Amino acid sequence: MSTIRVLVGTKKGAFILTSDGKRTRWKVDGPHFGGWELYHLKGSPADPDRLYASQTSSWFGQVVQRSDDGGKTWNPPGTKPEDLMGPDGMPKGQSNMFLYDTSAETGKPLTTHQHYDGSQRPWEFKRVWHLEPSLSDPDTVYAGVEDAALFKSGDGGRTWQELAGLRSAKGHLWQPGAGGMCLHTIVLDRAHPDRIFVAISAAGTFRSDDAGKTWRPTNKGLASKYELPDPDAEVGHCVHCITMHPSRPNVLFMQKHWDVLRSDDAGDSWHEISGNLPSDFGFPIAVHAHEPNTVYVVPIKSDSEHYPPDGKLRVYRSRTGGNEWEGLTKGLPQQDCYVNILRDAMAVDQLDPCGLYFGTTGGQVYASADAGDNWMPIVRDLPPVLSVEVQTLP
Amino acid sequence: MIRVMLPTHLRTLARVDGEVTLRINGPVTQRAVLDALESRYPMLRGTIRDHVTHKRRPFVRFFACEQDLSHESPDTPLPDAVVTGAEPLLIVGAMAGG
Repeated sequence: MSTIRVLVGTKKGAFILTSDGKRTRWKVDGPHFGGWELYHLKGSPADPDRLYASQTSSWFGQVVQRSDDGGKTWNPPGTKPEDLMGPDGMPKGQSNMFLYDTSAETGKPLTTHQHYDGSQRPWEFKRVWHLEPSLSDPDTVYAGVEDAALFKSGDGGRTWQELAGLRSAKGHLWQPGAGGMCLHTIVLDRAHPDRIFVAISAAGTFRSDDAGKTWRPTNKGLASKYELPDPDAEVGHCVHCITMHPSRPNVLFMQKHWDVLRSDDAGDSWHEISGNLPSDFGFPIAVHAHEPNTVYVVPIKSDSEHYPPDGKLRVYRSRTGGNEWEGLTKGLPQQDCYVNILRDAMAVDQLDPCGLYFGTTGGQVYASADAGDNWMPIVRDLPPVLSVEVQTLP
Repeated sequence: MIRVMLPTHLRTLARVDGEVTLRINGPVTQRAVLDALESRYPMLRGTIRDHVTHKRRPFVRFFACEQDLSHESPDTPLPDAVVTGAEPLLIVGAMAGG
């Protein structure tokens, strides 16, 4: 029987939740890296025992952790005894070194972005928001960072190089959202190995078709009338999350600051599919593992009230690719619930029926083993949940 | 031997208990101690001072002999009591945030 492993990043450490394929009895392991913020953990699709984790602290900065045994043991890449020293005799220890590329050879990237007050500020690394392992190589992994940029490691996280062409895509007009100017979403495309989608707050979505060398904004159809009066603004949109089903790589779904949207042409254009949602504000968006037209969102009341409408925690499911949504409530609190679900905190497994998981800022991780019809909490009292990823193991 | 006391989170990261002892050749300064510390424990690189500029991270402080040395030049010799090992150099996470 399959095993499900749920990787949970919280404000005070990481937790690993495991169950057999029935998904009714769970083992909770953790905290790992107790006291640190774990923005994101994710496993390699090419080697499920290879996990990457982003560990951060306002005091001590960024640490990247790697496990080669499914989360039993962890090391910052490049700090094991056998790879301690470089050829110059200096310690490597570069797994947390994210230097913005300022070389002329890679496109003379811009060195400033827009600040809240409209002034230009230099890029300054703060943390890794998202780690996206390659679909085919366990040693290749992408990191989305704040201030927004995309880095790539080809040596298992020991060293990182910026894919600097991204910042050339009108980077001088990007600006921080309330959570900072972060690259939070990375979507890889198995059907087009050189294609990468990213999303940035508050800049929008971007696509590369040449493995990250060059990029262009893909935000046509996004409307942000109070933030961006120009209806044709190419960048500056506060995209919260995008997702795709691997069987249909030209179809993307987006949860924006306001509005849920869909693209049928790989991001070239977008149209709204909010339909009958009680609120089209929210953070995560996910697609069913086996039904590419079944989409999930968790509506939040508003941008100034980050909790569910009416105190009722409801996941909304559309089986029609958007516009027609049904609220899923069985097992979820339907009164006095004022938690939020952050952008990286919802994921699906690959079993049939598809399992769906999300974590809340109240420390609960909820699971559904039947595509959202029924829910149960796996744990209730973790620190605020920042991210949830799921591995389906044979 | 120079004695260094790390904050809890960095002791966990470096997988050490209690104090760290370091042998320093030449003048004993903040820079020399941190160079030796990072050489022994590469996972600490970037957590106390910036990788490139070597500037102290804002919420990290250095204390010894009941003195705050955080604003001293990294090349200023540390107090004799630290040099002789009578007192440790304390690397402290500043009281800030929650």
